Amino acid sequence: MARFVINRILWAIPVFWLVATVTFVLMQATPGTPWDAFNAASGGRLDPSLRASWERQYGLDRPLIVQYFSYLGNALRFNFGESYAQQGTPVTELIERGFPYSARIGVYALIMAVLIGIPLGVVAALRQNTIVDYLSLFFATVGATIPSFVLGFFLLAFFGVTLNLVPVLWTDWRNYVLPVAVLGIGTCAFIARLTRASVLEIVRQDYVRTARAKGLPSRTVNMRHVLRNGLIPVVTILGPALAGLITGTIIIENVFGVPGMGYLYIQSVVQRDYPTIMGTTLFYTLFIVLGNLLVDLTYGFLDPRIKAS
Amino acid sequence: MTVARTTDQLGALREEANQTKPRGLWSDAWRRLRRNKAALAGAAYIGLMALVAIFAPLLAPHDPNFIPADAIANSPPFWQRDPNAFPQYDPRFKLGTDTLARDILSRLIYGARISLIVGFIPVAIELLIGATLGVASGWLGGRWDNLLMRLVDVVYAFPSFLFFIILVSALGSTGFGRLLSGLVLLFVAFAITGWTGMARLVRGQVLSLRHKEFIEAARSVGVPTSRIVLRHILPNSLAPIIVSVTFGIPAYILAEAALSYLGIGIQPPTASWGNMVNEFKGLIDLNPWFVLMPAALIAFIMLAFTFLGDGLRDALDPQMGK
Repeated sequence: MARFVINRILWAIPVFWLVATVTFVLMQATPGTPWDAFNAASGGRLDPSLRASWERQYGLDRPLIVQYFSYLGNALRFNFGESYAQQGTPVTELIERGFPYSARIGVYALIMAVLIGIPLGVVAALRQNTIVDYLSLFFATVGATIPSFVLGFFLLAFFGVTLNLVPVLWTDWRNYVLPVAVLGIGTCAFIARLTRASVLEIVRQDYVRTARAKGLPSRTVNMRHVLRNGLIPVVTILGPALAGLITGTIIIENVFGVPGMGYLYIQSVVQRDYPTIMGTTLFYTLFIVLGNLLVDLTYGFLDPRIKAS
Repeated sequence: MTVARTTDQLGALREEANQTKPRGLWSDAWRRLRRNKAALAGAAYIGLMALVAIFAPLLAPHDPNFIPADAIANSPPFWQRDPNAFPQYDPRFKLGTDTLARDILSRLIYGARISLIVGFIPVAIELLIGATLGVASGWLGGRWDNLLMRLVDVVYAFPSFLFFIILVSALGSTGFGRLLSGLVLLFVAFAITGWTGMARLVRGQVLSLRHKEFIEAARSVGVPTSRIVLRHILPNSLAPIIVSVTFGIPAYILAEAALSYLGIGIQPPTASWGNMVNEFKGLIDLNPWFVLMPAALIAFIMLAFTFLGDGLRDALDPQMGK
């Protein structure tokens, strides 16, 4: 087991390195300089000495290879440099400011998805081929298919504009309701489908039939035998689901104007704020890689055959 | 005479055998698919959208990028004909006009082109690269297989949406990034990350097929490898490939819509449903219908492909969906 865990953890290193390198190369390949915005604002008369001093400040006057390695080294220490757009502010501070919003939305969405998705899937499976089953399957398909930002605009048009229930500015808990609902519904649908499939499989097992045959009340059979085993696959996807939800906020935050990391990310892309782009990309990658790692480990833990291969 | 009659009889027998032959995979699948109403509705909708995309120049009442000198911006669609409202409904523009006074209906019609192209071309590229590498990996085995699969692992773990955002925003303003309003760059971005799933799938199929008796038989009578792959391995892997392709298409349509919504996918003035959502999102307080029109079209095309994909999966392999 220990070897498997170490193997999987080491496997994350090349992924990180690749993401960091690809990001760096692409940022270098981008035409124009980070100061184009300032240059345009000053009517194309940006003082060359000012530009030179900025380049010195951010280390852009050094050879590319030096920049690359210092970038890698700093990233390892969780230091992404200072933002170009908000000069003097370290990228880490921007991330620290935005991340709590994204994390809160992601965690609430996950809680919502679990609280609704699991009962829906269980009920659908226990009442297979009834109207309840069809309805929840239909909901699961539609919920998983409609893109979150599309759904977001539908809800925003209805609750925000028509009913006027959502505060325009990011002020209190009411702002969280729609983004959490929109973000959670896809995961909720996914969990419902997974639960249904897994419970259906368990219901047909011999030990469940034995439990029923020896006269246990169906409530006990369902709770003790079916649910306990049927929920294992669901538990294994929670980690990656959370990672997916936190990156899923990239788009959602832009729909609802959440001042979180996703907003920061797109903002930095639009403003070509390279240090912020690189920092947030690596931060997001951390979540995705951790999520994948988690699923590998839980699978390995639950199914010893996977470790062997 | 007798010989002639026997051949006649043989021919008749053969014909009879052809008629009563057991239903094959495809006719069986088609029978199952026909019973699935949602899948048929999805297929019909996709067909309709394909026609709209192909005949867009004939269907669109106006040039999608033309800015008429006498039109007002943001005029509402036909169901909001309030004579006292401003901007007022203009009968020339059935679904209203956008912020630059361009015809929304024509832009939506042309947007169908983008969505379908961006669904089909990357999947075709993915199929070509993925199937080739998958066959190579599964057939050659050994060191090549190991190398390719490690590469697949790394690319697969790469967060693809972040990659799209970075690649498209980095190269979007170059000459290459502007080819076909950014479509070519999207194809490249999708192809770089997309082939891994297909390669894994095809490799798995090759591994499970290559030691089957009919492959061994073909090899033992000296059929060349290329022929075995093309005539035996790929046709026998077709069912899971088709299912994977049908689910791949909406994934790319979504990626384009999302990137264009973020303002970095399809570049203006070319209309795509995603960049129309982006354009209209600021007008949601003025008139929510604007943003809802392209958003609804994105939702419908996604649902159509998902229903069709679900139906095909159930029809081609009843075991797989369970």
